[in-house]
Amino acid sequence: MTDTPRRLLVGPFNRVEGDLEIRLEVEDGRVRAAFANSPLFRGFERMLLGKDPRDAMTITPRICGICSISQSAAAAGALAALTGASPAPQGALAAAILHGVENLADHVTHFNLFFMPDFARPAYAGRDWHETAVDRFTAAQGSAVREAVEARAKLFHIVGLLGGKWPHTLAFQPAGVTRAPTERDRQRIRMSLAGFRRYLERVVFGAPVEAFAELATRDALMAWTAGDAGLFLRIAHDLELGKLGRGPGRYLSYGAYPLAEGRAMKPGIWADGQHRPLDTAAITEDLTHAWMLGKSAHPARGVTDPDVEMAEPAYSWCKAPRLGGRTMEVGALARAVVDGHPLALELGASGGGVLARIAGRLLEIARTQILLERWADALRPGEPFMADTPPIRDGAGEGLVEAARGALGHWIRVEGGRIAGYQIVAPTTWNFSPRDANGTPGPLEAALEGVKVAPGEDTPIAVQHVVRSFDPCMVCTVH
Amino acid sequence: MNLLWLQSAGCGGCTMSLLCAEDPNVLDLLDSAGIRLLWHPALSQETGAEVRALLERIEAGEVALDILCVEGAVLRGPNGTGRFQMLAGTGRSNLDWVQSLAEKAGHVVAVGSCAAFGGVSSAGDNLTDAVGLQYEGKHAGGVLSSDFRGRSGLPVVNVAGCPTHPGWVTETLLMLAAGTLGPEGLDALSRPLFFTETLAHHACPKNEFYEYKASAMKLSQQGCLMEHLGCVGTQAAADCNIRTWNGEGSCTRAGYPCINCTAPEFEEPRHAFTETPKFAGIPVGLPTDMPKAWFMALASLSKAATPPRISANATADRILVPPRPKAPKS
Repeated sequence: MTDTPRRLLVGPFNRVEGDLEIRLEVEDGRVRAAFANSPLFRGFERMLLGKDPRDAMTITPRICGICSISQSAAAAGALAALTGASPAPQGALAAAILHGVENLADHVTHFNLFFMPDFARPAYAGRDWHETAVDRFTAAQGSAVREAVEARAKLFHIVGLLGGKWPHTLAFQPAGVTRAPTERDRQRIRMSLAGFRRYLERVVFGAPVEAFAELATRDALMAWTAGDAGLFLRIAHDLELGKLGRGPGRYLSYGAYPLAEGRAMKPGIWADGQHRPLDTAAITEDLTHAWMLGKSAHPARGVTDPDVEMAEPAYSWCKAPRLGGRTMEVGALARAVVDGHPLALELGASGGGVLARIAGRLLEIARTQILLERWADALRPGEPFMADTPPIRDGAGEGLVEAARGALGHWIRVEGGRIAGYQIVAPTTWNFSPRDANGTPGPLEAALEGVKVAPGEDTPIAVQHVVRSFDPCMVCTVH
Repeated sequence: MNLLWLQSAGCGGCTMSLLCAEDPNVLDLLDSAGIRLLWHPALSQETGAEVRALLERIEAGEVALDILCVEGAVLRGPNGTGRFQMLAGTGRSNLDWVQSLAEKAGHVVAVGSCAAFGGVSSAGDNLTDAVGLQYEGKHAGGVLSSDFRGRSGLPVVNVAGCPTHPGWVTETLLMLAAGTLGPEGLDALSRPLFFTETLAHHACPKNEFYEYKASAMKLSQQGCLMEHLGCVGTQAAADCNIRTWNGEGSCTRAGYPCINCTAPEFEEPRHAFTETPKFAGIPVGLPTDMPKAWFMALASLSKAATPPRISANATADRILVPPRPKAPKS
């Protein structure tokens, strides 16, 4: 069947964090080209100019209400690099616990509130899993949605205890954290984690988290039937989500959770079938299709100067980060591929896709729960949680962390004791970037090419699955 | 009652905070209050064309809008066009939509300090010309005029905070649904009094340190954060330390200063957030309603009278000296 070529404007795009508009060119029932527009510009990089560098710790978490701690961690890392601060080992551990809780909560929020509700849509009525999906995942109503909201709120008690509140804590500092937990606090943290483990094992996995974390092959994964993870895999098999929305097959991770003994997950890239070390000097932000004035640059030298005319060919406020000129996919799947997890490698090697991204996130939920328990056991309340903080000095610093959605970098430059440059490259800046000078589409844009659009669909369901499989955070994207 | 939630120029953190509501969770609470979500950007199924159709029906008066919640500041730039934030898929600015939908609403609720006053979205040189719904910083009048009233007669209800506490939002909605939040329930900045009639200072666990001006010298120490580390909890209208956050948390409980995030223009304190500005060695920002001379006199007296236990603990990251019961009289 041949359609007349048509254009679709998809938005407001909800159940993603922040504002997103997707323009599609559709021909013969498939997406021929996709254009991702981040339609909100707030200008955090400009707000920070001229401020006391320490103010980055208050301002940057407020870039994002869902990855707030990730922003704190990146800012603390950049300031530590600038000043030569070295976090107290126990402070780094407490920071990892705070950050791990946010990442874990974000994954659970994404799965239950953002991604799964699409399978409860009437479009899937008649599928043998649809009634279960409706019962469990109807948006804002399903039983799984409510269970997730409850479990998540209780998990965040750890952040209340150690970090005061979530989001937007100021507990993160370049040399550690502002609150030294007591043994009593450590026991409370252990109990919050035990409660979350019960939720995961009863509801999400229907089995011990270790069993899911140890899945090593795609076949073993697809044989998993328990819990809501099993429901998802059944749906993924039926709808062939393994083939849908393939990415570039190149992955980047800064390595998650900087601890005194090294990062808990390895940094690096995976491209052209192999692991390689990461060289952040090879990062550029291309501006040719962003409403930004200036030239492409490394973020240490980049500027943010919005084009108020919003002139073509640009179509988004998002800059286009590239590594050595190439697009890279970031996120939980990328982290696990770079870290060398066998299941992630098998899923990721063929370009990933919707199934791989969701499975990567489920895998990380299981692994993070285990890490958090280990870290809580390793807390030593008698030790210092904050090291001496060296004074602010002129110079530059790079802070690299892994947010739930992938690689997050902050680059600060200080002159005369004030912020002279501050650039942020967020995970979804990578994944949802617009085209670059070569016309190469960003990872999402490429993943949407070829996706089926049924006749009469104005907000294609398959497009929604692909977009949400990345768990985009649009407020971080442009910032 | 029905409720439409729009995310304007903000971080989405007030929604994320709202999802931390407990006993009951926010979804159960809305059900119990008879509040039906018409649409929420993070929670609802509808996307794209379905949402556009809903917004058009509200605009056309075909769907009555009882409560409009707006999260995030409204961007007027560039050059008054509002094009720094276009509502995706609609070809219209968020500015245009907010102004249009507010006219239809029974109540308009600004969720968070960005929506109320501009907040962090208006920080620095405010390149995007961000303002609040009915305030531009401390000044009345935002994208809605200072005499704007919802159909039910209230000005925009400013549930300020960065983020807002989930309890502040849910309890405001409960009172609106019950018809028990009137003008007398709002403070001079149109914030619900039930959380602004107290100070963040109240129930702060550092109160004993405050009494003696036994101060932390650096972050991570337990002493009072007012003298050196920028804390303005004695001026901040909020009940953070009374109701606490995410279980038993609050900013000062976690060892960092209150930055008065429920107040307009908190985002530009004109000094580093974690450093108290001083004149001749004396902190500039003293408690709101205390005569300065009295404060100084009492502070110097109490400093001189500080027990060794409190001095020792103030500059430590944990309790070094616990209070000791008096020895029995022999």
